[in-house]
Amino acid sequence: MSNAKDDDAVAGPVPVAPVDAGPVLAADGTPLKRSLSRALRRQKGRALLLIAPLLIFVLVTFIIPIGSMLFRSVENDIVANTLPYTVQELASWDAETGEIPSEDVFKAMYDDLFLSAEAKRHTRLGSRLNYEQTGMSSLFRQSGRGIDDLAGDAEDALEDAVPAFGDGETWYALMNAGAGEGNTSLLSNVRGRIGRLNDGLASADMDFVPSAEIAAVLPRTARTYTEWAVYTVTEDERVPADNDPWELVSLALVEELKTADLSGLSGDQAALLRQAQAVEFDIPPYSETFAEIDDEWVTIIPWETIQTHSSKYTAGYFLNAIDAQKTPDGYEWQPEEKQILLTLFGRTLFMSLMITGSCILLGYPVAWLLANLPASKANLLMILVLLPFWTSLLVRTSAWKVMLQSQGVINDVLVWIGLVDDANRFVMINNQFGTIVAMTHILLPFMILPMYSVMQTVPPTYLRAAKSLGATNWTAFWRVYFPQSVPGIGAGSILVFILSIGYYITPEIVGGTTGVFISNRIAYHISSSLNWGLAAALGSILLVVVLVLYWCYDRIVGIDNVKLG
Amino acid sequence: MGLPIYATTPQRIWYYAFRVICALIFIFLITPILVIMPLSFNAENFFTFTPEMLRLDPDGYSLKHYQDFFTNNEWQRSLKNSLIIAPIATIISVSLGTLAAVGLSQSHVPFKGTIMAILISPMIVPLIISATGMFFFYSALGNWLEATLGLDKDFVGYVKVILAHAVLGIPFVIITVTATLVGFDNSLTRAAANMGADPITTFFRVQMPLILPGVISGGLFAFITSFDEVVVVLFVGSAGQKTLPWQMFTGLREQISPTILAVATLLVGVSILLLTVVELLRRRSERLRGIVES
Repeated sequence: MSNAKDDDAVAGPVPVAPVDAGPVLAADGTPLKRSLSRALRRQKGRALLLIAPLLIFVLVTFIIPIGSMLFRSVENDIVANTLPYTVQELASWDAETGEIPSEDVFKAMYDDLFLSAEAKRHTRLGSRLNYEQTGMSSLFRQSGRGIDDLAGDAEDALEDAVPAFGDGETWYALMNAGAGEGNTSLLSNVRGRIGRLNDGLASADMDFVPSAEIAAVLPRTARTYTEWAVYTVTEDERVPADNDPWELVSLALVEELKTADLSGLSGDQAALLRQAQAVEFDIPPYSETFAEIDDEWVTIIPWETIQTHSSKYTAGYFLNAIDAQKTPDGYEWQPEEKQILLTLFGRTLFMSLMITGSCILLGYPVAWLLANLPASKANLLMILVLLPFWTSLLVRTSAWKVMLQSQGVINDVLVWIGLVDDANRFVMINNQFGTIVAMTHILLPFMILPMYSVMQTVPPTYLRAAKSLGATNWTAFWRVYFPQSVPGIGAGSILVFILSIGYYITPEIVGGTTGVFISNRIAYHISSSLNWGLAAALGSILLVVVLVLYWCYDRIVGIDNVKLG
Repeated sequence: MGLPIYATTPQRIWYYAFRVICALIFIFLITPILVIMPLSFNAENFFTFTPEMLRLDPDGYSLKHYQDFFTNNEWQRSLKNSLIIAPIATIISVSLGTLAAVGLSQSHVPFKGTIMAILISPMIVPLIISATGMFFFYSALGNWLEATLGLDKDFVGYVKVILAHAVLGIPFVIITVTATLVGFDNSLTRAAANMGADPITTFFRVQMPLILPGVISGGLFAFITSFDEVVVVLFVGSAGQKTLPWQMFTGLREQISPTILAVATLLVGVSILLLTVVELLRRRSERLRGIVES
């Protein structure tokens, strides 16, 4: 809002000094130019200081949330966070060969799945992968239940042979570095991993560092024990020394002891481990264990799905949002019966256009009347436009529900005057008709007000001049008046279109199943299906559409011309 | 624009036909709001007129839905929540918004276009998108507040909803206050400074009284935005923060009782009140500006 009077005072044309007279000086002796620019800087600084609190507030409470939505629409770290080792091992596997992955992959999967099942995160991953491949959700749920059988057997065997392993204290003494050298990098890796798995920081203080010596000889045992220890401290808030670790640790120990070289170890621990080495327990191949839980695991389908969707960022949600999907063989359309979103986008567009169109049709005569009546009458009629504008959206929506129902006011009146048979009442709600009528009513003031303000500026003498030059009423209106009112129509239409394309409440209540918008789908994915990534992708697409439209609005009308009331 | 005496018959027909069309459109605009008022006095639990009501039989009418509204715990709690959330959100958006609007109306503001676009954006972005974004961000924020600062869950819920509503109201404050400031004569502040007033005194004693109408109408817009808002509170709030519109929304979806209509009628009363206040303010502002400009 630059003010001409104000400008002159500080930034008016700087007097041009004659070249040989030296710089013009301000009252305090500094050159005028510098003094002026300093004043200008100070003024800018003050203005920014006044704006800063609000700007920061809006950035934090609004812009960052929108940004987080955009980010979430491409974010896909759940696979890599839940199954880090599997993803690592799978990298070298090629689905093209048609063979199932190697034993290493199955082993990594066993460890990953065990941990995520303990943390109850495997179902979440299952539902995520289920968006891409049907059946993954139940596969993961089932596997989470069956996975600890093998490890449980291993633990029993170990504790039968060496009863000391039934005691948490023994494990702790074995694994903890104590006075010896600790492996801190292993500890911080595990902390990072548990933190990513649980969406939180796993940085609680704990009285445990894995012993470097053990970690060198028995890497998997040390890793799984550390995972358990960190998990126990952060999630259950218990002390590792007092508790028995997961069965998985026993399994890892039994397996590793079969091949481990214990010659470097000494003391009590070495004795304990040698004792445990004698445990008679045959570990079947992990692929067999998985096959026992579910045959699906020995096909390439789940592995292919995990591999395809293991990258940290994905376009998958956007593809889903336009009814496509990412498959191991590239991009393709969703199966026919799942293709609903493009239709929904199309319907949103169609209904928004219908609403905008009916707003133009109904708004134009009213705006014209208001602009051409004497001010006192126009003000009175204006109340009829402004009252709906000020009335709560919920009130208007409930009013339309009352009006349109099959037992509603309109049908009752029609039956009462005998236009409609009582048995054949009109179906006007829970379909597109209901949404269009109710939203036209709700958005009509947004069309009338800009039209009215433009029409007010068209001098009525133009029409009279056209008529006196021999134009018919129609020609005068169409060739003279209408072109001048087009900016009002444009402004109102874009405004109504932008507002209607993102509407949620009214379609939800009067739209039924056929009269809903894309926004209802977003709400559905947020609150019911919990497919937040897809909701974010749909929201991002809608946001882009609205911003483009808004940019057009700014071009045609200008942000500063937004008027209220 | 009366009808001239020389108008031909078709002109007369068109003149009256046009009036009729406009009248019908006005009826379309206003009927839904009028219809709910008598229905809210329905003695039955129907959403429609009963034969008794049409016969104007006093037995067909009752205040029971109003009574339900004023005695039912659910409704009273949601009213209370609305009356907690909306005013606080309004105070935040009005105080920060007015300050920023004053800053924005200075003559040299760097990146003015960008700043304005950012501040107006909560109004442009469709509510469903704002709500989606806020849903992700505010749940993380809430968890953080609860875990790190050990705040009460209910309190955090209010904080989240209030912050979200405050930011939604800001564009309205910015727009109305900057619009009022366009007509503000800056030599008044300089005159005040010249006579020894410090900037704060100048602001409260000189600038504020003149832009007050804009501030109040911006505040009213912000209030009604928060008071009438459902989508964001549905996504960000939890059951403890159920507001009046939320309660109405669930009521409408499940179609439980015509108490909604009683509430709606009361809200129409509120909006008439607001409309009057805004109109009076607009007139006052025009009058004041007329004095300033002359």
